[in-house]
Amino acid sequence: MSLAAHVVVQRGSLAVDVSFSVADGEVLAVLGPNGAGKSTVLRVLAGLLRPDGGEVLVDGDRVWDDADRHVPAHQRSLGMVFQDHLLFPHLSVTENVAFGLRSRGVRKAAARAEAAPWLDRVGLAGLGDRRPGELSGGQAQRAALARALVGDPRVLLLDEPLSALDARTRLAVRAELHRHLADYPGSAVLVTHDPVDAMALADRVVVVEEGRVVQAGTPAEVARRPRTDYVARLVGLVLLPGTGEGQQVALDGGGVVAVAEEAAGPVFVAVRPESVALYLDRPAGSPRNVWPLRLAAATPHGSVVRCDLTGEVPLTADVTATAFAELGLAPGADVWASVKASEVAVYTR
Amino acid sequence: MKTRALVLLAAVAAMSLSACGDDSPPDDAAGSSSSSAAASSSGGDLSGTLTVFAAASLTDVFGDLGDQLMADNPGLDVQFNFAGSSALATQLTQGAPADVFASANEKQMDVVTAAGLQAADPTIFTENVLEIAVPKGNPGNVTGLADFGNADLTLAVCAADVPCGAAATAVFADAGITAQPDTEEEDVKAALTKVQLGEVDAALVYATDVQAAGDDVEGIEFPEAEQEVNSYPICTLSAAPNPAAAQAFVDLVESDAGQQALTDAGFRAPTS
Amino acid sequence: MKRQRGGGVPLPLLVPAVLAVSFLVLPLVGLVVRAPWSSIGPQLVQREVGQALRLSLLSATLATGVSLVLGVPLAWVLARSRLRGRSVLRALVTVPLVLPPVVGGVALFLVLGRTGLLGRPLYEHLGVTIPFSTTAVVIAETFVAMPFLVISVEGALRAADARFEDAAATLGADRWTTFRRVTLPLVAPGIAAGAVLCWARALGEFGATITFAGNFPGTTQTMPLAVYLALQSDPDAAIALSLVLLAVSLATLLLLRGRWLGQREVTA
Repeated sequence: MSLAAHVVVQRGSLAVDVSFSVADGEVLAVLGPNGAGKSTVLRVLAGLLRPDGGEVLVDGDRVWDDADRHVPAHQRSLGMVFQDHLLFPHLSVTENVAFGLRSRGVRKAAARAEAAPWLDRVGLAGLGDRRPGELSGGQAQRAALARALVGDPRVLLLDEPLSALDARTRLAVRAELHRHLADYPGSAVLVTHDPVDAMALADRVVVVEEGRVVQAGTPAEVARRPRTDYVARLVGLVLLPGTGEGQQVALDGGGVVAVAEEAAGPVFVAVRPESVALYLDRPAGSPRNVWPLRLAAATPHGSVVRCDLTGEVPLTADVTATAFAELGLAPGADVWASVKASEVAVYTR
Repeated sequence: MKTRALVLLAAVAAMSLSACGDDSPPDDAAGSSSSSAAASSSGGDLSGTLTVFAAASLTDVFGDLGDQLMADNPGLDVQFNFAGSSALATQLTQGAPADVFASANEKQMDVVTAAGLQAADPTIFTENVLEIAVPKGNPGNVTGLADFGNADLTLAVCAADVPCGAAATAVFADAGITAQPDTEEEDVKAALTKVQLGEVDAALVYATDVQAAGDDVEGIEFPEAEQEVNSYPICTLSAAPNPAAAQAFVDLVESDAGQQALTDAGFRAPTS
Repeated sequence: MKRQRGGGVPLPLLVPAVLAVSFLVLPLVGLVVRAPWSSIGPQLVQREVGQALRLSLLSATLATGVSLVLGVPLAWVLARSRLRGRSVLRALVTVPLVLPPVVGGVALFLVLGRTGLLGRPLYEHLGVTIPFSTTAVVIAETFVAMPFLVISVEGALRAADARFEDAAATLGADRWTTFRRVTLPLVAPGIAAGAVLCWARALGEFGATITFAGNFPGTTQTMPLAVYLALQSDPDAAIALSLVLLAVSLATLLLLRGRWLGQREVTA
């Protein structure tokens, strides 16, 4: 039940050309900013959109899309979970969950019988007779998941399944989704713009920007070594392009960063905000990376203040709110920033 | 204060509007009908609007007479309302403004005189008889009145309260036929149209209609028609906005020229 | 600070609204007030009245039925398909709305009459004539009323969320199953509203009916025709008949009040 896809499609001014494969039992997250083409890719996989080129193969030999054929959505063995759950408002929860079975010819009673245990599995036991309008957001999304999984589809597609939920519900549903995905034997593709979803739910991540794959790997790899600004910002890293010269890197924008690992050629320098320390006066000490910078903006995040620093080496620093207050910092202030060389990540571009 | 001014303004406007209607010069021969040609061509004195309510069967002839009156009187505009006589009579009793009423039978004129709307006693100016009209080629092979009892044919008659329909009912009763029409039209022209379109096998209309339809339609006369001749009365109305023109029109209709036009169209000269 | 009257309706809106209501309701009030109540009893029990009423209700309902069967699929094609020339098609379909009904009647003659495009072969080979029959009444009423239904349903389909149909497709439903089990139930209120409009229009149809179907009591003399003919000789009878039609129409519309605007719950 594996999935191999090369999706080529033109949507308005966006040219999408994306390749990936998903093995049985694997969950692939497609991560990217809005407008990158992620949902387009998913619609092609679902058969709702005919691609302009490429192919989609299931189980190695079953063609869903290629130059000659396009199998329409209703003939594909798949389940899809949508951002807005899209449960049919005129049917009860049980009828919704049983819909896929009934569409394929299963008699009403048998379909209901098969749907019932799924309701239990997603924690909606006893709510089968309710209408979607009477469910909370989290309950509706669980029902949508059950509806997609009934019938044992070969491929499971999830289009931003948690985006429409509030923060607290998202935590709970994400945890449950993780369990169900772990049990799911087929290939699953999850589209999201939230890196936490990718971290928590996916085995592998594919980053799509402007219709192209810009990075692929496990979630940890992608987070540790982001290759684009978008991903870096997403995971809270500062990403600076430069050229490696041994134990230091000359940044493209000016400035020099001392690094622990030897580096040569075009590289990325990545610094975690929590590794950056701020001082009012030039510090004397072991760190070899010390720069005078200006505080451009400060945004509180809970007990931490995220500071945007401009200057020779533009950085983002996280300092505790207490420290921020004690230092008497405010936007426009001149500060000294320092980072230990061992806390700077360097990798080839 | 403002409302009073508005009411005054409205009253003045209403009066000036009504005053506009009476442009015609005072009439010497008030209400008397004359059969001489002298009164008809007033040599251009008539003006304003003349409204004539006339039976549908008079459409062509009265239309021509109206044109002639307008040609003789450039300042005059003649407006016709052609419809089933019963509809016209009802409109008049409900207060519709008109100068002249010409009905296709005396019963509908009686409705008007019963309400006291006539300016003077109505006079009979022409007569008309029924005739069977069939489409060109006579697809239903109709031969006479008896065919109107044939349910297999598609037949049209006028509705019973229209003079043409009243005459038809009487004629069927005289001949002892139980008619099997498929539709009862609200005026004779509507019945004729069905024949012209070839949609009915036969319709019972007037002889004048058969003549007016020309080649589209063939006519079949039948003897029973003579038993139910429709006499057409005409009268000027007492509330006529344009009495002079009204009288002039009636005079024209009853003049030699008018009578000739009527007989040319297939009407008959009034007996008596 | 002006105090607003009429339960919170701003004055510049209230005045025209009151005028509008008066314009629409006063003629009906006039009908009721001037009705010949003393003589209405015998008028109403005449055979022709019952015939005309039964015929009107039957033909309007049949016309609405035909309009639903033919019009809903047409509305789907206009709203959902990707055929070229849909806008031209839509314009053509709404022509009966702007065509004077009598013209519609004449046009129907030219096609379905005995000498018409389709009528002639029907007559010559099957011996079937359509004009002057109850079938003709239903056809005439369908001709003028179906566009109302089509437009109504097309609007409802456009407003409906097409993503539900995507969801149904991913669940294995082909286009026909999706239409039956998802699209149709979702636009059911819109269809109901369209059907009410259609029925009301069919009930009141006069021009096309009298031209194409003719006038014969029991077969083709619907209520509007009966009223028109009665008006020519007996206005009191016409008023009595009009009252009957008014009462029937009001009763039907009140019964369907809840669905009028496509709402599920009946609101005040």
